[in-house]
Amino acid sequence: MLTEALAPTREARGEASEQASEACALPVRCAHCGLAVARGLVREGRSEQFCCHGCETAYEVIHRCGLGRYYQMREGSEGAVRSSGRSYAEFDDATFRTLYATRDARGLWRAELYLTGMHCAACVWLVERLPRLLDGVVSARVDLGRSLVVITWDDARTRLSEVARELEAIGYPPSPARDAKARAGRRVEDRRQLVRLAVAGACAGNVMLFSIALYAGAFSAMEQEYRVFFRWASLVLTVVSLAWPGRVFFASAWYAIRTRSAHFDVPIALALAAGAGWAAWTTVLATLGLETTLRGSYFDSVAVLVFALLVGRFLQARQQRQAADSVELLFSLTPGAARRVRGADEEAEERVEEVPVENLVVGDVVEVRPGECFPADGEVEKGQSAVDAAVLTGESRAVEVGVGANVAAGTTNVTSVVRVRVSAAGEATRIAKLMRLVEEGARRRAPIVEFADKVAAYFAGGMLVLAGLTLGVWLFVEPSRALDHAVALLVVTCPCALGLATPLTMTIAMGRAAKRRMLIKGGEAIQRLAGPKQGQAGRNRGTIFLDKTGTITQGGLSLAAWEGAAWAKPLVAALERQSNHPVGVALARDCGPAAAGVVTDVTMRVGGGLSGVIDGRRVVVGSRGFVMEAAGGAAGAMAGAFDAMTRRGLTPVGVVVDGALVAVAGLGDVVREDAAAAVARLKAMGYRVAVLSGDEARVVEAVAAKVGIGASEALGGRSPEQKLAAVEAAKREGLVVMVGDGVNDAAALAAADVGVAVHGGVEASLAAADVYLGRAGLMPLVELVEASGRTMGTIRRNLVISVFYNGVAGALAMLGLVSPLVAALVMPVSSLTAVGVSMRSRTFGNGAEGGGE
Amino acid sequence: MSVLYIAVPLAVVIAGAFLAGFIWSVRRGQYDDVETPAHRMLDDD
Repeated sequence: MLTEALAPTREARGEASEQASEACALPVRCAHCGLAVARGLVREGRSEQFCCHGCETAYEVIHRCGLGRYYQMREGSEGAVRSSGRSYAEFDDATFRTLYATRDARGLWRAELYLTGMHCAACVWLVERLPRLLDGVVSARVDLGRSLVVITWDDARTRLSEVARELEAIGYPPSPARDAKARAGRRVEDRRQLVRLAVAGACAGNVMLFSIALYAGAFSAMEQEYRVFFRWASLVLTVVSLAWPGRVFFASAWYAIRTRSAHFDVPIALALAAGAGWAAWTTVLATLGLETTLRGSYFDSVAVLVFALLVGRFLQARQQRQAADSVELLFSLTPGAARRVRGADEEAEERVEEVPVENLVVGDVVEVRPGECFPADGEVEKGQSAVDAAVLTGESRAVEVGVGANVAAGTTNVTSVVRVRVSAAGEATRIAKLMRLVEEGARRRAPIVEFADKVAAYFAGGMLVLAGLTLGVWLFVEPSRALDHAVALLVVTCPCALGLATPLTMTIAMGRAAKRRMLIKGGEAIQRLAGPKQGQAGRNRGTIFLDKTGTITQGGLSLAAWEGAAWAKPLVAALERQSNHPVGVALARDCGPAAAGVVTDVTMRVGGGLSGVIDGRRVVVGSRGFVMEAAGGAAGAMAGAFDAMTRRGLTPVGVVVDGALVAVAGLGDVVREDAAAAVARLKAMGYRVAVLSGDEARVVEAVAAKVGIGASEALGGRSPEQKLAAVEAAKREGLVVMVGDGVNDAAALAAADVGVAVHGGVEASLAAADVYLGRAGLMPLVELVEASGRTMGTIRRNLVISVFYNGVAGALAMLGLVSPLVAALVMPVSSLTAVGVSMRSRTFGNGAEGGGE
Repeated sequence: MSVLYIAVPLAVVIAGAFLAGFIWSVRRGQYDDVETPAHRMLDDD
């Protein structure tokens, strides 16, 4: 089915881009893929339209299976594939090759590319058909989890730039994977971990089987000969387990001893060595016929302990790996290429070439098209446009720039093509400096030793002392059993309930959080959010700083108020579809269904607005000055509306139809629906909630008031550096949680005890943050704080259970009451209890909502 | 009962063979990406 679907889809995509350039009045969108439907395929009287047969079939199948919700769940409908017109020439550049590509023995080139917009089986299928679409591509292998494709191509037959263009044409704009080398290293480590896990698991399983035979034999009088045999078999497998996968514990314990630092692995290594050593010694004794009981048969405990600890570590590492991967993906999506204009100074022929941003130097002139990011800081030389600098300033409104204006790298050019003379490139740009601040902020962070590790280390250290004591005392009481009791104590009280259950609880919590689209980079964040135990309701638990744009508000412009004739809305919607200015996009989206009919005579004035004719009616939409001109200076009844909108902190946009001002629209950043409720709940939990924004103080106060935050806590007009200072100041008084989404927040996010990046944030904030909330709104933040508390509660409960168990079992062992059989049976039972509690505990997603798994 | 002298080593050897197979598959990179192959099953060629 998919094979047949490919051809029409590609045709339809082609048509879609043609149509987009044609300025069609009302593009009908395919109900499945969201592409424009070719005119000839639009079927009258149907609510769903399809661009091709394949999409229609897919749509029917999805609905038949009762999965219609897919269409609501689909996020950020990418809309039609719009070719950016990039040539990707920089992909063929020598610098690019040395950085991102490798050549294999057959002379084929290999490069890893990140693809945007790849998220389902059909995407995998389509991208992996690349060799068929393009001669010279030998293979294309997709890694969906990492949004990555590995391309192998023959340079004699095709070029990577061509591959990139083809990928963009089918809807997946590529960017080079800048972390390929680091990832290759991690892949090797991943594989090693898996192998260790497998070996440890196989050894533990088999030793356990031998132990069952031994214990069963103890009750049914097994012959000594077979006991010795099973002991030796267990010994061999345990030695394998210790020497291969178990080596990591000894290596890290040795490192800790050499550097004189306390580490959890030291007591573990000692317990493993003591348990195995004693078991080996008793095996020798049994072979010589000097030992006829099961005394000292700890092989199963040792082998299972190695396996259990490795499982805990593997799970934790995997979780952190996934978080790191997604951040790196976002990093790689920042622009890697610039369009450099050569010969712009001389009157000679101009040449525009694509080069990697690494090659840009001060004085170069670059051309930046609408929708692209500026690759470097610079001054506008030619052209006029609007720039969205939200990443740097947090300001949601695009700023008009003309010749001579300064633009910063990382900000987005919105409306038209401009040329910029580079004044700072690479590391010298303002955004790079901010990123360095972020890194420094991350480094300054005090290294906290994880709660459980600390307890476990103290605990295990204490056990070592007690074991020594037991040995000493029993040497006087009954020398022949002294070592036996000491080892029994070490084995039975093994901190594995702590060593396994704590990371497991964290991992399960993080995994559940990830399913609910909350990405938590490490257990520290959960621990800090949970706060000190005494954080009861009403008590001061710390400060939560919220950024305004994109956090409390939706970020970006939307229609917040409309005064005047409602019948003008469809006309405005139809006209503004022609615009890609942020104001136009917002109006087209929020003005409801567009008027039918073809829009003609569209003219745009930069900094003014848009005018056009729809069904014979002349419609003008734009700034006050622009529409007044069109209305002949007569504002009529709407005269006060402009000022009213401005007073409310909204951007007024006038609508003139046939020469009369009929309506004024107010555009602004709308406060998220759940914000007020979320703030109230956070306050009830004992947090001080404040707003920290780069936006104008007046606007910040207005927004803060709407969500129930007082003017004294609404800190507006803060630069990134001032935000950082505010966070540092608040840190002296207690826990600080910073919630934000922009580069302007990044330094503050890194400096805060817990940095939370919110949905739609820029990559820098994701890198700096400890937590990324992938769902819109502030309610996920509330959920995060509450669930963190529950997670820490579970861990504390586990610790209490474990300490209680260890206290009782340890005391019994010290008194010489624990036989090898009991030690071997009780130890795994205690671990399993702790694991069971972790699995069943209410942490993320299965708590507040009351739902189960 | 002396059959144990053959049965136990045999069991260990068989387990070792499976372990070797697993290690081989890990080293071949079969566990590097456990997500995408599930989507590839939809390919009909």
